[in-house]
Amino acid sequence: MSAPNPTGWRPEMGGSGAAAAQPTASGDRGLMLEEPLIFELGRPGTCGVDMEETAGEPLPGLARFLRAEPPALPGLTEPETVRHYTRLSRQNYAIDLGPFPLGSCTMKHNPRLNEKIARLPGFADVHPLQPQQTVRGAIGVIAELAQWLVTLTGMHSVAMTPKAGAHGELCGLLCIRAALEARGDAREVILVPESAHGTNPATAAFAGYRVENIPATSDGRIDLAALQARLGVGGPQFCDVAAVMITNPNTCGLFERDMKRIADAVHAAGGFVYCDGANFNAIVGKVRPGDLGVDAMHINLHKTFSTPHGGGGPGSGPVVLSEALAPFAPLPFAQTGPDGTVRLIEEEDAPTDHPHTFGRMAAFHGQMGMFTRALTYILSHGADGLRQVAEDAVLNANYVLRSLDDVLHAPFGKAGPCMHEALFSDDDLPDGFTTLDIAKGLIDEGFHPMTVYFPLVAHGAMLVEPTETESKAGLDRFIASMRSLSARARRADPSLKTAPHLAPRRRLDETLAARKPVLTWRG
Amino acid sequence: MRYLPLTPAERAEMLRTIGAGHVDDLFIDVPPEARLPGPIAALPHHASELAVERHMTRLAADNLSAGAAPFFLGAGAYRHHIPASVDHLIQRGEFLTAYTPYQPEIAQGTLQVLFEFQTQVAQLFGTEIANASMYDGSTACWEAIAMAGRVTRRTRAVLSGGLHPHYVAVASTMARFTGDRLDTRLPDLVAEPDDAAVIGAIDGETSCVVVQYPDVLGRIPDLSAISAAAQAHGALLVAVVTEPVALGLIEAPGKLGADIVVGEGQSLGVGLQFGGPYLGLFGCREKFVRQMPGRLAGQTVDADGKRGFVLTLSTREQHIRREKATSNICTNSGLCALAFSIHMTLLGGEGLARLARINHHHARATAQALAQVPGVRVMNQAYVNEFAVILPRDAREVVRQLAEYGVLGGVSLGRLYPDAPGLQNALLVAATETTTDEDIHALATILGEILVDMHEGTPT
Repeated sequence: MSAPNPTGWRPEMGGSGAAAAQPTASGDRGLMLEEPLIFELGRPGTCGVDMEETAGEPLPGLARFLRAEPPALPGLTEPETVRHYTRLSRQNYAIDLGPFPLGSCTMKHNPRLNEKIARLPGFADVHPLQPQQTVRGAIGVIAELAQWLVTLTGMHSVAMTPKAGAHGELCGLLCIRAALEARGDAREVILVPESAHGTNPATAAFAGYRVENIPATSDGRIDLAALQARLGVGGPQFCDVAAVMITNPNTCGLFERDMKRIADAVHAAGGFVYCDGANFNAIVGKVRPGDLGVDAMHINLHKTFSTPHGGGGPGSGPVVLSEALAPFAPLPFAQTGPDGTVRLIEEEDAPTDHPHTFGRMAAFHGQMGMFTRALTYILSHGADGLRQVAEDAVLNANYVLRSLDDVLHAPFGKAGPCMHEALFSDDDLPDGFTTLDIAKGLIDEGFHPMTVYFPLVAHGAMLVEPTETESKAGLDRFIASMRSLSARARRADPSLKTAPHLAPRRRLDETLAARKPVLTWRG
Repeated sequence: MRYLPLTPAERAEMLRTIGAGHVDDLFIDVPPEARLPGPIAALPHHASELAVERHMTRLAADNLSAGAAPFFLGAGAYRHHIPASVDHLIQRGEFLTAYTPYQPEIAQGTLQVLFEFQTQVAQLFGTEIANASMYDGSTACWEAIAMAGRVTRRTRAVLSGGLHPHYVAVASTMARFTGDRLDTRLPDLVAEPDDAAVIGAIDGETSCVVVQYPDVLGRIPDLSAISAAAQAHGALLVAVVTEPVALGLIEAPGKLGADIVVGEGQSLGVGLQFGGPYLGLFGCREKFVRQMPGRLAGQTVDADGKRGFVLTLSTREQHIRREKATSNICTNSGLCALAFSIHMTLLGGEGLARLARINHHHARATAQALAQVPGVRVMNQAYVNEFAVILPRDAREVVRQLAEYGVLGGVSLGRLYPDAPGLQNALLVAATETTTDEDIHALATILGEILVDMHEGTPT
């Protein structure tokens, strides 16, 4: 009987040695695969879809509009297509392959049940403009998810349509602007802390506001006294501040202890409190933002409620609203009736049932495919499981913080625990070594790097968000790699400066890409 | 809890490492009065896969899915057949569970896909460049108007009556807050779009003229003529395509003089999903690249000289420019862009042209059948796969009646324009490669019966 899995290897053959450096004729190196562009692979006229034959000529009225020739795009057959994208996929790192501790992005496991449910024909194959009598289940999903979001946040209502977090920010600010205009109170300024996501000031500017920074204290939180002073200029009746935009927990991974007092001060000055809910995953089931005086907060369903990030979207950013802002929410609007039932209000019913709406933000009803996934996630976890999610996320981050703060500088680490993410800076790295080197070294170690150079308040920031779906064994491996990289930097290991060495590509020339942009294939 | 790997013993050990006695010690920065003592009582506890699946399947069963009925809806979202390999490939974990390619060395898969996608969109639209996608067609349309304002330093946009009313609504919402002025109009129920009205509205203060192609009623505007008029006034032509399959048959807007072409990409690779997530397509002239919104993948080389791809020109974007960014957009619609790109790769240019012809063929058969129904008039002179019919009564009620018979018969203009009494009798009808002769027969027959019943005043 032969061996079940003969590999042909014998001890006298030794290790791979110099053979590993030999170039290959194909350019591939074992499972390290190179893949051309489809335009280099495909042939004109090839088609991977079999279709019926059509005999008929186009409508005579169409003749003058017909295109001269088909789009100059090569096609591939199905086997070639499957191979092309499968080979490309192998050049990507992903949560499914290992820890992805990208701070502020919340890269947690994506449950596969959510994918299965979203693909049920009753959800996946339903047109947004079908008569409402044929989509009761879809409206039921929106209503049920809306109910959960409102209850978990302790807010009054929710605008479901925003397509992503930044779109949700815009929704919240437009509600605020509409509310201020409704009382004839034109204000021009949005206050944003320095540690905010870049989307916050960009959104405020897009909504027509001027942006001013709020200073931070040395412990990484908003300077309440400075904020109160800024709000007090000229007395409440002259205050020009429409709103503050606060991320809580903030982007340093810290809870804004003074949130309620900040909210009271803003409200006393006639303004509103917008909370960037990007980090809601740290407090879901533990704290309700509504109890802290928040007027509007977007929830990134792709973060807290684990809809897949998909290589950069699609996201989904419903916005929970206080009673004061709810009348201005965009259409379609899931309105909660006195009996707790929810219904969708569209343009036709808006004049009577939602007359103060600021309008529509996107076609149709929002990211329904994300709603089904998020609701599935929420029902799987339940009130108890979501609370455990927050606790484990915070526990994992603090474990990383305490396991690394002797080898990496943690700017706010001495002051107390962090929330769901641990912030380090490059202050303890030896001269000549930077955050970027640690990040690229992590790639060779088989991890996705943490978020780097954000937030801007820490020098050479490294923001590590392990999430609750990382096991202790996984965290220990990550910690060991980080300690090893820190040690290599301390002994000035030159190979760290040129990492990664083991990835599909080495460091890429971003300057060249920006100086002479090549954005499409030119042959 | 199946998604949480930590064991109670590990939690205790980790707390010891941290130096905390209890997990609540990690939440000490939360004011005590704001801490919830336990799980929120009004909400249910965790549930098994089986229980959740049962609940969600019940909700799904409460919808009439498009595949289970004769189906003729369009108006910006179209039902096309999606090859099985598309959905299989987008569910590979390396695509599904990756994020924005911030670390290009380990994200070449996503970056090369985006570069290929940009090339496909540019070819389809006939533009020099395209970005890595936007949220959807409606938001891409507004971003194009905003971009035209930056390019021309003007603030007045002319919107054609054929632009999808949701797209008009999104632009109107945004314009109120940015100070842009929009010159809008309703469509007329006539055989050809009123290009002259659009051309007549362009003046020396116009930043752009926004024209849907084919328009919301399926008609085809003369982009060349509108482009010439826009150019004469220093304005840009923004073409909006809500049905990219149509471009397999009719000329690419970029070839007809459009400066910016935006659209909804859902038709290729992405299912109906009750309206989202979809993907916005965005192409334009290369000279506008630094005013363009959204993510861009670009070609470069690595330290060994190998070709590779990176996100580029990020100095336009919010994470660098903050309040001075060209847009507040952070994510794109990556996974939908992947699905679009795979479907387009399977089709190729000639496959797309064939698909468009089949769509057109089915639409013609549908129009011919409906034209035989007493009281029904087909409005369009030209169309690709969607057209309007004029009914003898309010189309909203007719659509509801059709649904009672299990026929999803189209989109009433009353649903889209509740405030326009003159449009209430029009019904938008779309046909695609999924439409069968039986579907067409069912629609024509039942529509005929309903109109007779309604005419006789018999409640059905």
